[in-house]
Amino acid sequence: MFNPTTFRELVTAALWTGLLAGLLLTAVQQIQVIPTLLQAEVYEEAASVANAANSHEHHDWQPENGWERTFFTAVANISLGVGFALLIGSVMCLRSRPSNWRKGLLWGLAGYLTFFVAPSLGLPPEVPGTTAAKLSDRQSWWLITVLDTGFGLSLLAFAKTRINKFFGIVLLAAPHLISAPQPEVHSSAAPDELAQSFIAATVFANAVFWLAIGGLMGQFYKKDL
Amino acid sequence: MSSTPVLLDNAQTQARSEVLKDKILPAMLAGLLGLGLLYATGFAEAAQLHNAAHDGRHSASFPCH
Repeated sequence: MFNPTTFRELVTAALWTGLLAGLLLTAVQQIQVIPTLLQAEVYEEAASVANAANSHEHHDWQPENGWERTFFTAVANISLGVGFALLIGSVMCLRSRPSNWRKGLLWGLAGYLTFFVAPSLGLPPEVPGTTAAKLSDRQSWWLITVLDTGFGLSLLAFAKTRINKFFGIVLLAAPHLISAPQPEVHSSAAPDELAQSFIAATVFANAVFWLAIGGLMGQFYKKDL
Repeated sequence: MSSTPVLLDNAQTQARSEVLKDKILPAMLAGLLGLGLLYATGFAEAAQLHNAAHDGRHSASFPCH
């Protein structure tokens, strides 16, 4: 049916990559991302107590603050890491060029631009307690932007003709010309400095995360071609 | 004379199906697996999944809430 060895090699490399990059991200998040998030939650809770009409009537399970919460965040980070590594691995496999960690870093950079920088230009990372447009609208815009940026970047990097490279630039710009869905009224429970600090923290944490994913995947997924 | 193109065609078809088996299908399958993981971690609506992955979603700038 298909070659199970290729598949196994790819998945094994992605599992190790995701595990290590996810743990690294969890550590990096403790510096600024998580402290800022927890601070913002204090404002969010204060606001929701003041505005009792908005309070949730029922509470679903959620991890307890502390180790349990950190554990589930680590699991989520590892899962994202493995997912992204599988995507990078599958393009590496399709391009069928020998890889190493240096080339991997370039793939990591491409992933960072595609999955973090481009969508964040329209929908900046938000702390809890910020009003935003309808979730499904934002998810659609996010998805379109990611697909569009990925396609645009690959045209810019690999297209042979100038006109196709130009088309790549058009694709990169397109989602930002059709602006991201915005809420009717902007408001945030947390002060503005906290929101800014969160953006800075995630810009750094995701750069580390993506470079780790790319570099490790390039190192682990060596193909003999 | 006329058999040469046919032979070439066969060789090409075979090479193409090798590429499909060795590269395209495994890569597609791995990519789908990756998308599934990303969907469950970053997008799925189920409250338990959302709450468990909450901080990860905010950090990775996935639309949340």
